[in-house]
Amino acid sequence: MAALWPFPLLISESLWACLALTLPDGYPEPHNGPPTAGFNYSHVDPSVDLPSALRVFSLDYHHVQAPFEIVLWIMLASLAKLGFHWSGRVPAIVPESCVLIMVGLLVGGVIYGVRHSAPPTLSADAFFLFLLPPIVLDAGYFLPGRLFFENLGTILWYAVLGTLWNVLGIGLSLYGVCLLAPSSLGDISLLHCLLFGSLIAAVDPVAVLSVFQEMHVNEQLHILVFGESLLNDAVTVVGTGAAVLYKLFESFLRLPSVTGLDVLVGGCRVVVVGLGGLFVGLFFGLVAALTSRFTFRAQVIAPLFVFLYSYLSYLTSEMLHFSGIVAIVTCAVTMKQYVEANVSERSNTSIQYFLKMWSSVSETLIFIFLGVSTIQDIHMWSWPFVCSTLLLCLVWRATGVLLLTAVVNKLRRNAVTFRDQFIIAYGGLRGAICFSLVFLIDDFPKKRLFITTTIVVILFTVFVQGMTIKPLVELLDVKRKKRALPTVSEEIHSRLLDHLLSGIEDVVGYWGQHYWKDRFEQFNKKYLRRFLIGEHHQTHSSILRVYQEVERREQQGVEETPPVVDAHSSSRPLLPEEMDSIRRILSRNLQNFNNKQMPAYSRHTLHQDLTTDKMRKPLHRHQSLTERCTYHTITYCPQRVDGEFSKSCRGRARLSRSHTVCSASPRWSERPDSLVPAALNHTQPSDPGPAEEEPDSPQRRTQIERATKKQLSFILENEKPL
Amino acid sequence: MGSSSSSLNNVPDGQQLMQETGFSAAHLLRLYERFKFLDKDNRGHLRSEDFEAVPELSENPIGDRIVGAFFLPGQETVDFSSFVRVLAHFRPTEKNRTRAGAQPEPANSRNRKLKFAFRLYDRDRDGKISRTELLQVLREMLGMQVTEEQLQSIADRAIQEADLDKDDAISFDEFRKSLEKVNIDHKMSIRFLE
Repeated sequence: MAALWPFPLLISESLWACLALTLPDGYPEPHNGPPTAGFNYSHVDPSVDLPSALRVFSLDYHHVQAPFEIVLWIMLASLAKLGFHWSGRVPAIVPESCVLIMVGLLVGGVIYGVRHSAPPTLSADAFFLFLLPPIVLDAGYFLPGRLFFENLGTILWYAVLGTLWNVLGIGLSLYGVCLLAPSSLGDISLLHCLLFGSLIAAVDPVAVLSVFQEMHVNEQLHILVFGESLLNDAVTVVGTGAAVLYKLFESFLRLPSVTGLDVLVGGCRVVVVGLGGLFVGLFFGLVAALTSRFTFRAQVIAPLFVFLYSYLSYLTSEMLHFSGIVAIVTCAVTMKQYVEANVSERSNTSIQYFLKMWSSVSETLIFIFLGVSTIQDIHMWSWPFVCSTLLLCLVWRATGVLLLTAVVNKLRRNAVTFRDQFIIAYGGLRGAICFSLVFLIDDFPKKRLFITTTIVVILFTVFVQGMTIKPLVELLDVKRKKRALPTVSEEIHSRLLDHLLSGIEDVVGYWGQHYWKDRFEQFNKKYLRRFLIGEHHQTHSSILRVYQEVERREQQGVEETPPVVDAHSSSRPLLPEEMDSIRRILSRNLQNFNNKQMPAYSRHTLHQDLTTDKMRKPLHRHQSLTERCTYHTITYCPQRVDGEFSKSCRGRARLSRSHTVCSASPRWSERPDSLVPAALNHTQPSDPGPAEEEPDSPQRRTQIERATKKQLSFILENEKPL
Repeated sequence: MGSSSSSLNNVPDGQQLMQETGFSAAHLLRLYERFKFLDKDNRGHLRSEDFEAVPELSENPIGDRIVGAFFLPGQETVDFSSFVRVLAHFRPTEKNRTRAGAQPEPANSRNRKLKFAFRLYDRDRDGKISRTELLQVLREMLGMQVTEEQLQSIADRAIQEADLDKDDAISFDEFRKSLEKVNIDHKMSIRFLE
């Protein structure tokens, strides 16, 4: 099976070769300015020109050129990704981003070889307007909210101050290097260096995501690095228009002189950009939540609103020269809880799937284009500049992280350990954002040098740091993500402790974290939820959610095995609605999941889909309805080693005392909603009073009643009318 | 950090409390100020009405349990020492402290914190969280959001997860075990009381 992996690549390569060969050389000369938007490189209509009479066969490429090429690129990207996952041991060693860049290099090389001119490069417009938003939206939608806000102070600290430190440090040091080598680098001014520093210092969320997702470090570390990469955008750069520091320095470049007032204005600019993005995102998030409230009559288009509003927030803030990334992340975080409550489960699943799909495609495309764009005519090399840039990036990041952490540890409860600091420093990968930005610089003699240096830095960080960070994480024994099932008792006790701490803070009169969280929750409950969520949608407490998730997991036959749980999956249960989707969920095979044995987990899978269809087979043993019922009753009861199912079910059977449902089995295969009328007829609210009654043996309980209990929990889950 | 008019001498049993709980003088003064603020009638001790006067506390789902935790069993008033001793549980744990075996366990150790939380459930102090007690707490926390049956099944589930000796109740050890993955030191500490 592993040997088949080259085939997708071969197919795509041959596609490209054909394309390159058939088209005549109409490509305009490569220029240093921003490449033309899109990927066009031929305007000649190559239709076969038969003399007058007959044209049995004609080729009108020009007609479909643009979409055709776009589709081909996406196809190439996706096939490469497929090939990567099929390729045996490669995913364990090399992160996906590296392989994709290599494929891009290959393709670029082929195109260059065939046409003797540079291949199409990634235009900044295409990148910032089309390729970047899906990734950031996906990241924002699945952001672990609580963890993020708990660490928000630290994240902001790193993002703002850390980036400033890096920018100034790298810029100034580079200028020093230029001064030291006046012969080759003499014409690079200080502001140029600062400009370069500002674009090279930014940690790239795309690269960070793609590498960290495969590493499963502990969630706090992950959120720190990732949050920083998202938020430093507000400080440095974003999009085609809203580059802050970047624009700042650029405008400084144009001004005849720079005064202190300008610097102050620049500082205010940073704040405005960040806050502006925040408010734009909030606005659109709330509007989206409100809109979703009314979608229950046209549920099919509900997911569309999520995407449209998010994209709109991004574009609006770009238009206003605010930080688009901050806007889209805020929008996603804001609307998520309301949208999830308002739309049906199918729509929820669609939203999540589409987000994953688009961000996956985007990311793949970005990396491939990084590779392709490396093959250029316009490189200019300078050993001192390139090497010193590399070195300075590493050094300044390391010192920045060390210093900042030393300060912030005094204010945090959970100190950031040295190992974590090392990973934070080492995981500061640069990516496509820098690359696109460097093309936006106004032309000046050494611009090609900047481009080359940027490419080298990106390739270095992605390849060297990306490949070695995983072994380093294991070597340093960095605390990994807990792979544990959420338990109901843990959730209950955590909740109790939250309330307790809030109460104690009230007693002491201290407005701490819990106080503000409580205040926000009350505000949320009183106003926002009432306004933004439809009346018939209940608000589910987290305890209830965890309980339902645990119950559901049991029913699928996942016993005590802890599946690999994303950082973001435990807070958001994906409610399946049919038996088939249940069966697809993690089975006990996943306890053998080992990074070394299976293809590296890609973030582009929802946690449900970690089992592919190959996991389905064991579950298809039971075909008949009655067997299905049996199967589920057996696995439903908790897995005691002694296998005494009936005994351990006694607690739960108590509930089904008042339920008598006849012919439960045949109904089992139908949609759970159809059970509602049947079961509700028989449901009597069980009296909670006699809770101390002795546990009577439920051996007399029939299978059907146990099945009923499960149906009951189904009913509880699916109370929302579809 | 404490008003200039009062000093540690005004605080009853100041020195002893400092030693016992590990609070600094500044913190103790602050807490004393707060105690006096809550003690509106200036009696020198707090009653439950004084606690209920704290506005947010009345909105807290388990507010009355928290208030109850301040009162020693059988007592109707809380004097300053008891007040401070309860709050000492919420000091952040110092990691590097080693203590001699003879010293009593400090109030803010993980064990003591857990015991405090345990006592919130176990109001009758029989050392076990029975199903009724768990149900009561769940009812208070979840309130109107869930039906009675859901409550029952959640309570069932929780007990079944934690109950290792099958006595249908959660003892302190089982409670502690079910929380072993949670960072209690982090969750049950208020930095203000550092």
